[in-house]
Amino acid sequence: MSKTVMGDPRSRRKTLPRDQRYVVASQWQLTVWRFLRHKMAVAALVILGVFYLVVVFAEFVAPYDPYHNDAKYLHAPPQRLRFIDDQGRLHLRPFVYGLKSEVDPVRLALVFELDTSARHPLALFVKGDPYRMWGLFESHVHLFGVKEGTLFLLGADKMGRDLLTRVIYGGRISLTIGLVGIAISFVLGILIGGISGYFGGVADMAIQRLIEFIRSIPTLPLWMALSLALPPYWSIIKVYFGIVIILSLVGWTDLARVVRGRFLSLKEEDFVQAARLNGCSRGRIIARHLLPSFYSYVIASLTLSIPGMIIGETALSFIGLGLQPPAISWGVLLKEAQHIRVLANAPWLLTPSIFVIVAILAFNFVGDGLRDAADPYTAV
Amino acid sequence: MLIYLLRRVLIIIPTLLAVSIVAFLVIQAPPGDFLTVYIGQLESRGEQVADDQAQALRVRWGLDQPLSVQYVKWLRSMLRGNMGFSMVYNRPVTELILERLPWSVTISLAALFIVYLIGLPVGMISAVHQYSARDYIFTVIGFLGLAIPNFLFALVLLWGYYQLSGNVAVGLFSPEYQLAPWSFAKLLDLLKHVWMPALIVGTAGTAFLIRTLRANLLDELNKQYVMVARSKGLSEQKVVYKYPFRIAINPAISTLGWTLPTLVSGELLTSMVLGIPTLAPIFLTSLRFQDMFLAGSIVFVLSVLTVIGTLLSDILLAFLDPRVRGSV
Repeated sequence: MSKTVMGDPRSRRKTLPRDQRYVVASQWQLTVWRFLRHKMAVAALVILGVFYLVVVFAEFVAPYDPYHNDAKYLHAPPQRLRFIDDQGRLHLRPFVYGLKSEVDPVRLALVFELDTSARHPLALFVKGDPYRMWGLFESHVHLFGVKEGTLFLLGADKMGRDLLTRVIYGGRISLTIGLVGIAISFVLGILIGGISGYFGGVADMAIQRLIEFIRSIPTLPLWMALSLALPPYWSIIKVYFGIVIILSLVGWTDLARVVRGRFLSLKEEDFVQAARLNGCSRGRIIARHLLPSFYSYVIASLTLSIPGMIIGETALSFIGLGLQPPAISWGVLLKEAQHIRVLANAPWLLTPSIFVIVAILAFNFVGDGLRDAADPYTAV
Repeated sequence: MLIYLLRRVLIIIPTLLAVSIVAFLVIQAPPGDFLTVYIGQLESRGEQVADDQAQALRVRWGLDQPLSVQYVKWLRSMLRGNMGFSMVYNRPVTELILERLPWSVTISLAALFIVYLIGLPVGMISAVHQYSARDYIFTVIGFLGLAIPNFLFALVLLWGYYQLSGNVAVGLFSPEYQLAPWSFAKLLDLLKHVWMPALIVGTAGTAFLIRTLRANLLDELNKQYVMVARSKGLSEQKVVYKYPFRIAINPAISTLGWTLPTLVSGELLTSMVLGIPTLAPIFLTSLRFQDMFLAGSIVFVLSVLTVIGTLLSDILLAFLDPRVRGSV
């Protein structure tokens, strides 16, 4: 062996010219490089990162408490962030105009008017509604807000609660339900798909029929009916996990198919044969030799199954069979927009749907990028 | 071919049995049985039910027997076309379902039609003109179609419809045809209304078909036989239609079996939002009031129809592709 190949690849890599670095790069490094070439996937990953960051620090980022209501601002329209005031002067600090509400004696509804005399500049780290961060320590500092007046960037709902705040809190449930769901699907899929692919025979036959069966029945009516099995007196957390389990009862089949296919194609490979002849146990062959060679496919498949779960939760909550208020999820928020007459008066109630769509699109793009990057040794 | 058909039809029997077990479990799933719900209803009307009376009812309806016995009894009456009694609607379940099922099927089939009507040409154009402006536009639309949940799309369209017409529900007929006997004019009226729910239900399927067909066709277009055909002087149209298209379309047909369940799910959600009197609204009502015989029967009927649809698509594929016939 010549000296150029030996030695620590990490230190070698920097001295090599750019177009030859792949020679000593690890599989992980190659995968990352391939993924970075998929620009949409990278952009989507950044968006998802921001989403999750905001959701984790929801108490701090959201300008209000999600249950902070105000009878003066029922269905208040979104307040625009402005830099230029009505006299045409430019302000470096963005501000909103105050809202004046009055009861319309004919429609018996609130009508809102911009109060251009009240200019409320946006401020960072303002004191507002108290909260307990992750239930651990108390604070009342919010990332941004206004010192006086109101800040309804996405408008307010029927109880005068800030929609943006509720979208942020709702993301906590809607965005994590997919993650918890795929964690369950992951275990089921690897286990069942692995058994099916590695052992073959009768087990494989039975599992394949089971998967075909699950895939051939329409999921939504089943989900809807099963959601009834969740007792109405359960707490939000219990219902949340109940729904996750219902959604993953169907979700594991995709992964099981991927795992089985990979097992079937890999178990005849020479390196598996070599491991077997070396006296490795079955468990070791599966865990140390087979799984690492297709974990990237598994990750891609998992990512692509998250959107289905997000849609599932949103749809179930939307028709009133999933999470119920006071729980906040994007589906629960959209349920308020269900009645078309309400929607006609307050179209901003539809804005949570934009977050749903962006999240689903982002997961699809990231999954696409991961799938392309999963096998970095193929030529593009 | 005959052997393939026979095998495929025989496989469906255990599948249908499994479907019936799932439907039965759905009926049993909520806490409490039929009787507790029934007694709850009586008591809400102010009637008192004595314990021994309840016990008598329990014996009469066979609720004291083990689940397996109850299942066999239930299955037997299902096979005779008796699906039980709906407490909410106070009518036999079979009657209710037969009345509304045709509309659910109409919308799902119309959606299927739209999936192929849009998906096939668009997928083909996308592949033949890869990386063209058209391809990018279709790709973006395709991704959006996958990402927008049916109910949201329906909600937005309904909102637009309301702003334009002032109606809060999209029916399947104009008011003047609602009760009219069937005629050509009524059929035209149905076509005028059915496209909107069908389009909504079909979005995800269409997007999926475009992606699959595009990928398959791109694989085929790079193969040598295409080059041969082209070098022999066939017109570009003929080159695409005669060879690669025929191969690329196979996976598009075999995935029909996966498209059907999504169409059925989509139809339920869309009809609920748009307020179309299909099975969807009574399914939702039955679930809200725990009318489990109705709910379970609807799950059963929808699943059976989907399984049969998948069977038909498999048979269709076997007709089109000799390799499928041979593989069994």
